[in-house]
Amino acid sequence: MTTTLLERRPATRSAAAPGALAEPIRNIWSMTRRNLVHISREPMQLSDVTIQPVLFTVLFIYIFGGGIPIPNGSYKDFVLAGLLALNLVTSTMGTAVGLSTDLHEGMIDRFRALPMWRASVLVGRSLADLMTSCLCALIVALTGLAVGWRPGANVLSVVAGFAVVLLFAYSLSWIAACVGLNSRSPESAASFGFIVLFPLAFVSNAMVPTQHMPGWLQAVADWNPVSAVTAGARHLFGNPNPSAAIQAWPMQHPVVASLLWSVVILAVAAPLASHFFKQRTTE
Amino acid sequence: MGNDLVIEAEGLIKRYGETQALAGVDFSVPAGTILGLLGPNGAGKTTAVRILTTLARPDGGSATVAGIDVLRHPAEVRRHIGVAAQDATLDPLLTGRQNLVLVGELSGMPGRTPRGRATELLAQFELTEAADRVVKGYSGGMRRRLDLAASMMTRPPVLFLDEPTTGLDPTSRQRVWDAIRELLDEGVTVLLTTQYLEEADALANRIVVVDHGRVIADGTPRELKEASRSARLEVTLAVGDPGAVAAIETLVSGRVHVSEDGRHLSAGVDSVPGLATTVVRALDSAGVLVDNVEVRQPSLDDVFFSLTGGHLPDDDATGEPDPAAERWQELEGARP
Repeated sequence: MTTTLLERRPATRSAAAPGALAEPIRNIWSMTRRNLVHISREPMQLSDVTIQPVLFTVLFIYIFGGGIPIPNGSYKDFVLAGLLALNLVTSTMGTAVGLSTDLHEGMIDRFRALPMWRASVLVGRSLADLMTSCLCALIVALTGLAVGWRPGANVLSVVAGFAVVLLFAYSLSWIAACVGLNSRSPESAASFGFIVLFPLAFVSNAMVPTQHMPGWLQAVADWNPVSAVTAGARHLFGNPNPSAAIQAWPMQHPVVASLLWSVVILAVAAPLASHFFKQRTTE
Repeated sequence: MGNDLVIEAEGLIKRYGETQALAGVDFSVPAGTILGLLGPNGAGKTTAVRILTTLARPDGGSATVAGIDVLRHPAEVRRHIGVAAQDATLDPLLTGRQNLVLVGELSGMPGRTPRGRATELLAQFELTEAADRVVKGYSGGMRRRLDLAASMMTRPPVLFLDEPTTGLDPTSRQRVWDAIRELLDEGVTVLLTTQYLEEADALANRIVVVDHGRVIADGTPRELKEASRSARLEVTLAVGDPGAVAAIETLVSGRVHVSEDGRHLSAGVDSVPGLATTVVRALDSAGVLVDNVEVRQPSLDDVFFSLTGGHLPDDDATGEPDPAAERWQELEGARP
């Protein structure tokens, strides 16, 4: 019997192909492409990384710009790193919604019955979302440049600034994945954005310097990872960074602090997401 | 136990909360044959398929597919199977072609082979024209055919088709049937679940009838029909004759119905060889002139209803499901 079975598999590679890693990578790439095709089919899904950043950038700069004094600089130069953080943090909601949708469609059963590396469902999703995050970052930067934002550091340093924020957004997308895997519906996964991500992004130094906040709120904001990430980006962009005057450790070492946050979140959330995925797809 | 059993399920038990989906189900499928798993909604067919395709773990029992233990080596089982689930498991936002290529890639088909195979299957299932349209706009029949094509991407030696024609129009159903018959020619082993007796009758080499998570009958379509007590004897007389009823009463299993004009007699009978001859002789020796004698073999529907405890339209059918099922077990025991 076994021989007939093997004979009937001309199109498929044998179980232990050389390079055991090649297969998962191929799987991840297939899944990433699938998710990118989804985006191209429903471009409005992209509005939170295309239209929203333009809107936020213009609104914040022109509405709040005049009212918030920034020591040693302009609000434009101050707020851009914050807008970058705000847009990237809130767009991780897409990961939660996307995964939740995947689990609610029959497609997940098809994936589970295929001889594929199952975690590629998660990794492929997070990579596709990272790519849309990059697009989002680009749009924020271009809008910023158009309305007068000017970085004061060399190109390498500016790129490093973007990388710091993108890495943090990527780590957050794994928390979003955990939420998506535990939500009953895509709609309830979306509420994660409003309940968790918006407060996270706003109770920080992203939009305004924390010095003017009430004492307890300032303490929360100064230890908020979003503040570290924003301050780190400001530092690397060579833009005004009032937080440098704050004694809290993350404000004194914003780049190190934000990298630490990202690594710790990834180290906890990625295995957790994988666990939830197994749990959710076991019956 | 033969070496050529490609699917074997033994004592499968599965519980979902309060619901006992499977209460100890056994069946096996020899290589290169189609087994029809037949039963009403909620009988446990899909649960059995989900266990065999590694999507669900049973609470009890064991199963092998292609000689591989489903519980111990699920990943290896997935390399040998194709699955077309009951709810079409396709990505609505991808085109038909993209869906097939994705399945091929994720199954480890190398390089550009998924594209070639996809083109081939799209043609086979008459989807070439719709190949580059998004699946969201497909009709139910097109989705089913694409789902079936997806299950065949890697030319798997074992296929699980869960109600592949439910909700299809007759033309689409015929197309799916043709595709399944072609698989048999290729030597593929198929487990097919269906609610349609007609479908099981048309496609399956063997039929396992499940109800309430148990196997209540198992045999070839022919054996199932023959084992049913629901064959009907129809006699047409030249002239109505009161003696006719008495002449055949001992040969039938229930009351004899007589039509108003007295010329048409009908009764339920056990389907035994030479029954018509016996009836004609009995009537002849009673001096009754016979125009026509017909023994109508039961349809699978008759069998099914009698097995699942449904009542047949006539009153001579066994009210309880057990006798037929018991006879089945006797037949089962008698087989090697």
